[in-house]
Amino acid sequence: MVPESYYVALSAVLFTMGVLGVLIRRNPLVIFMSIELMLNAANLALVAFGQRHGTADGQALVFFVLCVAAAEVAVGLAIIVAIFRLRRRLSVDELSALRG
Amino acid sequence: MSVVTFAVLALLAVGSAAGMLLRKNPIHGALFLAVNLGSVAALFLTLRAEFLAAVQIIVYAGAIAVLFVFAIMVLIPGKEETGPDPLRRQRWLAVPVAGVFLILVGLALRSAVFGGAPKPPVPGGTEAVGRVLFTDYLFPFEVTSVLLLVAIVGVMALTKRRA
Repeated sequence: MVPESYYVALSAVLFTMGVLGVLIRRNPLVIFMSIELMLNAANLALVAFGQRHGTADGQALVFFVLCVAAAEVAVGLAIIVAIFRLRRRLSVDELSALRG
Repeated sequence: MSVVTFAVLALLAVGSAAGMLLRKNPIHGALFLAVNLGSVAALFLTLRAEFLAAVQIIVYAGAIAVLFVFAIMVLIPGKEETGPDPLRRQRWLAVPVAGVFLILVGLALRSAVFGGAPKPPVPGGTEAVGRVLFTDYLFPFEVTSVLLLVAIVGVMALTKRRA
């Protein structure tokens, strides 16, 4: 049986790769995917900790994280599409003004 | 045997995440993300979380990855990230910053409780998760439905074309 600490270490690595994606990419879609990567890494750590402590609470929490991620992706992609309709460009560096 | 399974799945997850970061084309990124989500679902299976593995495939790899692909189709890919990068120097700084972040997370997680004998796995598996969801977490569960409803209404309001 693989110790749970391996899973937690893997989730730390995946989370850091998500952070790196948010920092180095300019396309808002890819930044969104990196955020999904981070949520997913946190889910992995939650399941590993839950199994380690022998409770189902970790898995219940992951269920809620999944729901929030689904809502977040739907709203975020709608915002990106709305911005694209307005600007015809897709780069986060150009979106520095709050007003349309 | 289980260590080999874990190593293969971990390599798949990290490799697909790296592919997502490095490929310029966002559609390749979306496909790499789907591979990553699938391998994490398999990792859930090795952790004996069968319910979450199924939900992960249905919600993440099914719905969210497809939503990303649809959005990329709508937004005409390949036009962005081609011009000169105005923040090139700052972006190189991101790599050491992420390295420091990884070290910090590692230090924080090392202090997590891993001592003592491992507890036996959750008895009942999916049944235990359902029992917890509908007893201890009943109120958050109901709030989740409100959250999803708000998301649906919000998306429809955001994407509606103004006449």
